[in-house]
Amino acid sequence: MTERLHGFVEKLRERDASWVGEVVEAFGEVTVIVPREGILEACYFLRDEHDFDLLADICGADRGPEEDPRFEVNYHLFSTVHFQRLRLKVLLSEDDAKVESVTDVWRTADWHERETFDMFGVKFEGHEDLRRILLPSDFDGHALRKDYPLRGYEPYSMN
Amino acid sequence: MATAVENIPGVEVMDSALESQMTLSMGPQHPSTHGVLRLDLRLDGELVIKAIPDIGYLHTGMEKLFEYKKYQQGIVITDRMDYLNPLGNNLVYVMAAEKLLGIEIPERAQIIRVLMCELQRIASHMVWFGTSCLDMGAMTPFWFTFKEREKILNIIESASGGRMTPSYFRIGGLMMDLPAGFENRVKQFLDGFPDALKTFDTLITGNTIWHSRTQGIGVISKQDAIDWGLTGPCLRGSGVDIDLRRDNPYTGYETYDFEVPVEHDGDVWSRFLVRMRELRESHKIVKQALERLKPGPTKADAPKVVLPDRDDMRKHMDSLIHHFLIVAEGFNVPEGEVYHAIEASKGELGVYMKSNGGPKPERVHFRGPSFVNLSALPVMAEGEMIADVVAIIGSLDIVLGEIDR
Repeated sequence: MTERLHGFVEKLRERDASWVGEVVEAFGEVTVIVPREGILEACYFLRDEHDFDLLADICGADRGPEEDPRFEVNYHLFSTVHFQRLRLKVLLSEDDAKVESVTDVWRTADWHERETFDMFGVKFEGHEDLRRILLPSDFDGHALRKDYPLRGYEPYSMN
Repeated sequence: MATAVENIPGVEVMDSALESQMTLSMGPQHPSTHGVLRLDLRLDGELVIKAIPDIGYLHTGMEKLFEYKKYQQGIVITDRMDYLNPLGNNLVYVMAAEKLLGIEIPERAQIIRVLMCELQRIASHMVWFGTSCLDMGAMTPFWFTFKEREKILNIIESASGGRMTPSYFRIGGLMMDLPAGFENRVKQFLDGFPDALKTFDTLITGNTIWHSRTQGIGVISKQDAIDWGLTGPCLRGSGVDIDLRRDNPYTGYETYDFEVPVEHDGDVWSRFLVRMRELRESHKIVKQALERLKPGPTKADAPKVVLPDRDDMRKHMDSLIHHFLIVAEGFNVPEGEVYHAIEASKGELGVYMKSNGGPKPERVHFRGPSFVNLSALPVMAEGEMIADVVAIIGSLDIVLGEIDR
């Protein structure tokens, strides 16, 4: 079922072995851990050469404040030609939580990256308009980080 | 969410009356923004030069809340995301958890899931149809569509006990089997629905005012639609033939006979036609699902995950223990991460679920179709008249509960 996906991973590795870190297969899904430096070019390659033309989703995840690398950014790629799904994952450490923006590859990345920035504080370099999207612009902190309490620090007021 | 207009790059506040351009803040209380959406519109007369959606007014931190709730408690939260399509949200959430747990669902439960989801899709499209007509000044269709929707909500209520918040699908099957007389209720609805569709066609589809309000308005090309990540009827309205029910089948959709409507113009009218034809296809699927319904179990054989029947609990001690443990402590889900996507009424509804092996998820992320479809609004709205912006928002069929989460 996942042979085809492994084929794409092989193509990726043939093109540039430094783009492919670990490859995980679980639950019928294939995850490629891509080093931060290679994500933009790997995305261009998959879009142009292998028809992953639709970016379904980008979402961040926090592994916890004591972990290093602490943050994950997951890119869920989808193809409107062969209907396969591939997950790319970038791992980021807390003191250097930034990655290149893929808004030039897929325009839809715009809001997904803003949301990830809003919730986790991951910076996307090259994003034209990286500001908060769901939380108010003067909100303090990043709400989906594990060390941010469920009810916040103090009652938030719009004033 | 921005607190003031000045914060937004590229948009300046008009300071001279002689200037021809002005900034208009549309919403968040505007009735045609379908909830609490605010648009910053840069206008030259009535022409929209720049449109910037501003969201977040309905943000309630649902994704954070998931991390503090057990897997089975999360189902209740999903109801409140896309509140017009709660069964679709239930489905994608429980299917992601089932994927992690490796549970197979009995056939009857799968058929009921398909049946209920398609009914819900009709109900969701009814709201879209009624409100998008209402936005453009046609009030009559609204009453007819809500009559049909009410019939579906009554059917859903009879099965689950909730009209808008059913939480009917559970991890490992269904909350309970269908009540007596359910098939007849659905049959009654199915028999009356083609007539209702005829009424809608008479009122709107052949209406020349409607044509002139929708044709050629809010065009997005095939290439742009894919680039902006549009899914569902919006993508199919731009000529991309894709439907996850057919192309990434789940819950046995591959065994049903239905067509995927595609239109090629990419305007409001195309998206309208796609949804209208989808109503007929959903009607077809419900009919097939109803014919396939045969008695059988509705819960998977996974005693550590699925709540036991009441009757079993009175007779067997192990059922009682399982019930207590599931409710009090939850169940452990194997470590890992999944992304599961379904074709909801508005497009690809995806959930990313990550488990650390405990009874609570480490991360749950919803990829709402409305969120992505709305982000493409500027492409469609720029260069149109301000009255057309309302038509375009209506054609995107957004629900702010899902966008803001």
